Amino acid sequence: MTTTQTQLFQTEKEELISGSEAIAIACALADVDVITAYPIRPYDTVMQYVSKLKADGAFDCDFIVAESEHSQFEIVKHASAVGARTFCGSSGVGWFYAMEAITVTAGLRLPVVAMVGNRALDDPGAFGVEHNDALAVRDLGWMLYWVATAQEALDTALLAWKIAEDPRVFLPFAVSCDGSFLTHSQAIVRVPDNKKVRQFLPNYNRGKLQLHPDNPITVAPQVNEDWLMEIRRQTNEAMLRATQVIPEAYDEFKQVFGRGDPSPWIEEFMTEDAEIVLVGMGTLAMPVRVAIRRLREQGKKVGFLRVKFFRPFATEEIRNALSHCKAVGVIDRDYSYGSPSFGGVLFNDLRAALYPLQRHPLMLSFIAGLGGREVMVRDVNQVVDMCQKAIDTGKIEQENTWIAVRE
Amino acid sequence: MATVAVEVVYRGIYQRTLARNIVRSIVFAARKEGKIGTAFGRYGDSPERNGIPAKQFAIVADTPEELEENLAVYEAQEVDVTINVDDTMCKGIESWAWYGLEPINKLTKPGGTLIVTSRQPAEDLIQDIHQRSEPFNLSIIPSTASFSGLWVYKDDHTDMRILGALCKVCPDLVSLDSMMAALKDQGTSDVKLSSAQKAYDRTTQRPVEPGEGSTEVPFSFDLPGWKSMEEGLVIRGIEQGGGFRGGQEGYQPARNAVFKKWSTRSMRPVVNFETCIKCTLCWLQCPDTCFDVTPDGLFDANMESCCGCGVCESVCPVPNCITMVNEAEFNDNNSEWEAWQKDANSYKQWMTALVEKQQAAGERSHGFHHVGGYAEEIANSRDS
Ligand code: SF4
Ligand code: SF4
Repeated sequence: MTTTQTQLFQTEKEELISGSEAIAIACALADVDVITAYPIRPYDTVMQYVSKLKADGAFDCDFIVAESEHSQFEIVKHASAVGARTFCGSSGVGWFYAMEAITVTAGLRLPVVAMVGNRALDDPGAFGVEHNDALAVRDLGWMLYWVATAQEALDTALLAWKIAEDPRVFLPFAVSCDGSFLTHSQAIVRVPDNKKVRQFLPNYNRGKLQLHPDNPITVAPQVNEDWLMEIRRQTNEAMLRATQVIPEAYDEFKQVFGRGDPSPWIEEFMTEDAEIVLVGMGTLAMPVRVAIRRLREQGKKVGFLRVKFFRPFATEEIRNALSHCKAVGVIDRDYSYGSPSFGGVLFNDLRAALYPLQRHPLMLSFIAGLGGREVMVRDVNQVVDMCQKAIDTGKIEQENTWIAVRE
Repeated sequence: MATVAVEVVYRGIYQRTLARNIVRSIVFAARKEGKIGTAFGRYGDSPERNGIPAKQFAIVADTPEELEENLAVYEAQEVDVTINVDDTMCKGIESWAWYGLEPINKLTKPGGTLIVTSRQPAEDLIQDIHQRSEPFNLSIIPSTASFSGLWVYKDDHTDMRILGALCKVCPDLVSLDSMMAALKDQGTSDVKLSSAQKAYDRTTQRPVEPGEGSTEVPFSFDLPGWKSMEEGLVIRGIEQGGGFRGGQEGYQPARNAVFKKWSTRSMRPVVNFETCIKCTLCWLQCPDTCFDVTPDGLFDANMESCCGCGVCESVCPVPNCITMVNEAEFNDNNSEWEAWQKDANSYKQWMTALVEKQQAAGERSHGFHHVGGYAEEIANSRDS
């Protein structure tokens, strides 16, 4: 475990930084031991900033530029097993190329923290945001969080190590950041001082599970049907325990840093008396909030719910937030060809979560903003209009609509 | 004031750091006045290629809500000030991110200001800038475009001068005092600060009225919808080329009708057809297949396609047969060979004047005059 005394970050400071820089700074603050990288847009900006911080002496780490995404994730997986705090990341098909390593990381209960700079999956080549890359791990035991601002990116990364490295959890954590809108936009961010960070985030201690000559263990033996189901059950239980650990970590974050979001799970905007609630993830929040403010001025009761943790899914919180409204419009920045109602991934999870409720809102699915296309205020208005029509007529004419696609 | 938006239009890679310095300093200065801001580059512009027109933005607001209101549209729909750091882009810009030519003043608000670094008089610049129906102001910072590389920065105070001028033409944004304080915070030297101060003192604006400027209609392109697009991610190859200008002789490659590369160009090749030895090197090496083969076996660089890289100049074995000349000298993309055919004497006079002017200025926006130019420049600077 390296314990670097760095000159930088000794006092809390305001910085003008992008989401990618915020994540890189979080790596320095958390004094990460092993960072691996392989360039792909938009994630590559993180590795640029990490290498600069390292060169500037902000922190010391083994910074390994691997020869592929697969190796990149293999290296952190192994480093995490021997007790190193790790960070890694990728985007789009790079994340998919590493999928075998990514899968076993969760299977082996290794608390790797990764940043996914969300990007459309090639082909066709495109750099803009889509959520399908990160969503690919939704069933594998990775915690999955979507951030909306550079500040949230920094804070969430710190929380990610805290939660992932909690021995009750020991699961990997992916911080999803919308390509461009988050990774490449600079905003004013409060960067905490490293003393506070150290207080919040003690060293990673893998305890009895640490792969070390003094602790002779075998990791990942071949198991067959005699063992596998119990192992899966354990991982499921760890994810369940994460739902306890997460609020604890957020409370501690607030105590140490004196700030933080009201709920770790969701962000509600004008939902209290809303008849129509729009739901989405990531930076979509910005145009949606602006549209809603304008609609409220016209007396329309519209609200927005931003899902922050996609895994573990905040079933209770979301049920509570959506049980009183008349219609829910889910805006997915992803697709799931051939899924129920041909709806987006978030839509179908959300609809399933609400099914046990006595009274259901009408639920409509919208696909928007793929490949980085901007979601405009007029697009949000269209979504609201369609929800309103469903309320007025009492029926859903079209369960899934693609927004702002050229016919 | 609610929000003030500023865009910097710059040439990819060569002016990236310059643009970044400008937009970041704007946000820092606004911070000094208790305002909030953001700075970002157009994601669609990158990864940048040499010289391609690109944009960075700075948006400043009184409150986070106002900022958010403005950012609801990621790419600003209008800006208070457009800063153009290479005057050749006054002819219009076509980025990676879109097909078609955008006027340089497309986003400039009615009554807003276009700041250009240029040695040209206002009248010449206005000839290049597309006409519009609302008035705006033009402000010129007398200087040549500051070009550098990806990892190096030419610290010639262009950023300081622009920031000083900006405080003058857009007092709603930030005061000069706040700008100076913010720059000082970042360790800016007194010499550099004095450049900002001087630019502030000297900068003036000239109104550009509706009806003034270029009447050209910028080329544009309609994107297909999902129903009309070919399935399977297929793009049909374009027809092979044919004879020069559709005739029997020579050869003219067919080119993508909707994507023109010329706005990437800050210099263009001027060819001396009389000294050309028809060695074919320019034709072979041009990365954009720009050269049309004329009926008499000469090579005519097509200015709709030329990105101004300068490769033809450096591979041409005949001294001064191809010379890269400042793009600001030209008002159209017409064929040089046709001009030469029409009147060889006037062409020669025109060409000689341009080449001499270029050589006397000794200024190149980018690249080197010939193969080995880089090694030579290093040797020279080591000796001096
Ligand atoms: S400068 Fe010369 S080589 Fe480069 S694109 Fe233009 S014609 Fe081709
Ligand atoms: S490289 Fe020069 S000499 Fe050779 S064909 Fe081209 S213009 Fe003529």
